[in-house]
Amino acid sequence: MDLPTLLQILDSMIRLGAPLLLACLAGLFSERAGIFDIGLEGKMLSAAFLSAAVAFVTGSVWLGVLAGLVAALMMSAIHGLASITFRGNQLISGVAINFLASGLTVLLGQYWFALGGRTPSLEGAARFMPITLPFARELREVPVIGPIYYELISGHTALVYVAFALVPLSWWLLYRTRFGLRLRAVGENPAAVDTAGVSVVGIRYAAVAICGLLTGLAGAYLACGLSAGFVKEMTAGRGYIALAALIFAKWRPWQALGATMLFGLLEAVANRYQSLNLWGVPLPVQFMQALPYILTVIILAGFVGKAIPPRAGGQPYVKER
Amino acid sequence: MAERQAQGRPEAAALPPAIELRGISKAFGPVQANRDISVRVARGTIHGIVGENGAGKSTLMSILYGFYRADSGEILIGGKPTAIPDSQSAIRAGIGMVFQHFKLVPNFTVLENVILGAEDGPRLRPALAKARRELTRLAEDYELDVDPDALVEDLSVGHQQRVEILKALYRQADILILDEPTGVLTPAEADHLFRILGGLKQQGKTIILITHKLREIMEITDEVSVMRRGEMVATVRTAQTSPEALAELMVGRKVLLRVDKAPAAPGRTVLEVEDLRVRDAHGVERLKGVSLAVRAGEILGIAGVAGNGQSELLEVLGGIARGTGHVRLNGTELDLSGRGCNGRARRAAGIAHVPEDRQHLGLILDFAAWENVAFGYQDAPEYRSGRFFMDNEALRTDCEGKMARFDVRPPIASLEGKSFSGGNQQKLIVAREIERNPDLLLIGQPTRGVDIGAIEFIHKQIVALRDAGKAILLVSVELDEILSLSDRIAVMFDGRIMGLRDPAATNERELGLLMAGVDDTRGAA
Repeated sequence: MDLPTLLQILDSMIRLGAPLLLACLAGLFSERAGIFDIGLEGKMLSAAFLSAAVAFVTGSVWLGVLAGLVAALMMSAIHGLASITFRGNQLISGVAINFLASGLTVLLGQYWFALGGRTPSLEGAARFMPITLPFARELREVPVIGPIYYELISGHTALVYVAFALVPLSWWLLYRTRFGLRLRAVGENPAAVDTAGVSVVGIRYAAVAICGLLTGLAGAYLACGLSAGFVKEMTAGRGYIALAALIFAKWRPWQALGATMLFGLLEAVANRYQSLNLWGVPLPVQFMQALPYILTVIILAGFVGKAIPPRAGGQPYVKER
Repeated sequence: MAERQAQGRPEAAALPPAIELRGISKAFGPVQANRDISVRVARGTIHGIVGENGAGKSTLMSILYGFYRADSGEILIGGKPTAIPDSQSAIRAGIGMVFQHFKLVPNFTVLENVILGAEDGPRLRPALAKARRELTRLAEDYELDVDPDALVEDLSVGHQQRVEILKALYRQADILILDEPTGVLTPAEADHLFRILGGLKQQGKTIILITHKLREIMEITDEVSVMRRGEMVATVRTAQTSPEALAELMVGRKVLLRVDKAPAAPGRTVLEVEDLRVRDAHGVERLKGVSLAVRAGEILGIAGVAGNGQSELLEVLGGIARGTGHVRLNGTELDLSGRGCNGRARRAAGIAHVPEDRQHLGLILDFAAWENVAFGYQDAPEYRSGRFFMDNEALRTDCEGKMARFDVRPPIASLEGKSFSGGNQQKLIVAREIERNPDLLLIGQPTRGVDIGAIEFIHKQIVALRDAGKAILLVSVELDEILSLSDRIAVMFDGRIMGLRDPAATNERELGLLMAGVDDTRGAA
């Protein structure tokens, strides 16, 4: 494999891995605070739809992103209300959000645009444009470093850089700040936080809101960055893959980067090599495309080491006597 | 400087009391948990609060710590009326609480646990540095040394409790409330705790100690308040009372603190255990070659700090866990690792089991009492109706009979398991297991979280079963219970039997050393 091919694959790994990374970090904040969130998929989907719709109508991708954030935050609010305030079952609430998003996006899409649930294609300022980093063109001809900088590092859309910047930021927030300490404590033993005089409910709502914001970014990126418009069910299970990556990463930000990039890489390879001959055995294209999902199943089945979830995960906090 | 004068001298308390409660009442629906409670706790004293389960001690302390708001009444801290609507206010008022079940984050370090909720600033680094300095100082002042960088889950229970005390002191608590603090400690650890509390008292801190162990009350408190059915029935100087008097106040009638039993008349050997070994799920050996024997008509008490293999011993004998070695019941070898190693086979062989963790292994809390009394024996012919059905009527009748014979309150067979108090849950389980007339009774922590009145009853039942010629293997972390019930005592430490003792010829000190792994006759183990 030559350098240009490798760079192309890695480049598409970054583009395809970025939404997973955003969703995975979203799940990380929520689950570290003890709120399991199977509804990442639905939040991303609703954000993708509303961002595409608003970006098309206004012609501004930034207004689109804003709308995406609002959509995902509203879904988060439902999840928070159900699982924090009313102490409902977090899985059921998450599944409900997925169904709600799946149905509502198509319904509203058809009602507004009459294109079978799609939004019209986004063009110009309604889409994210690649950003060329400084000196990328000038350095292009420098051997090895030049192409890596130009092809791989430069030329992505803004949200990709945001996603990558969020990894150290999340780490810092979780491990170096008061908020992070409390958030992690709430996911492990909410009673400890409660008796320390800190509101468990407040911290959990904050975590769920951060989760909403990040899934909002992920959805907006899908519709306005990776594609040019919303298509029915366009998240295609990315929310679940992000959850698998989250388990794989053992609920840690840097490992989340690694895990999501692994999934991104698989997807990139599948796109690049539609059919692959492995030691004389031809692998069909369907197999290649199924790879990320197969890996998901393997990870969720617990083959990849022992992953200990936050101890209070999934349990509503009820003050005991 | 007024505080200085009062140090360790409650007599000099012309000062306002550290805490004064005036007419506190609290009801949960129809249940009056606290009724018109008034008490004064002098500054710089250790004040004990005793009472049976459900007497309202925890409710009262929850009100003081801001978990509940009293329906009426007034709280005065240092003479000033203070509202405590939440825990934050309690902390600000200088109240620190050490709960029975620690409120620690297991995978956080000691430092992180200490600063949680008291970080003074959005960034952690300054708080961690400050806490490290404070902890060093407190460790020197009060024998409260713990490694600030250790993960809490790696600490012993005694050290975890110190972290809880450090948390309160770090928040500048002047008043420390401890809820059943010694339930999980070895005698040596408990002594250490009392030294710490003594040191805190010397520094002018006020300590409220909630416990059901009357011996501790007598040992370290200055004053003691007794609660019964939501009311404060008496507050007395400890020096002017006795354990018997306190027990009578708690229960409202005379209580026998010592078990009344005739000398044992042991017969043939019922249970023989030889070189029994058990590994846990992580592959760690929890029983390291245990051998013992229990004869008909005797109670063998197993003493030890929780977590030294007693639970595994009960579980493997009860057929819940697997192990290797030899166990013979009435001369017949029991299956320890094959298909015959299950609870049903053990019951069929004549072993009854009252598990240590009654709420998880003994009962299904969401099921009614009449369903619970059948568990394990649901195949018994008298509960069956035809080939496929249960005879629910027979179950209910049986349950009502057991409730009457074992004084279960309230005697309502349709009530869910969780609606009974700890003592009454235990009576239900003991009734279920004893009435099957087993050859061997395994009984773990028979009176953990059980009221004094019920303790007396359960102890009588155990002795009656012994007198009927049955073998009893008793596991308890309560030394008093082991000493008063057992005919022979085996002490477990680190998965082994450290030694066998005659209860008449031993004492708490000797047993305490054995429990800590020290054998006087052989030197350190």
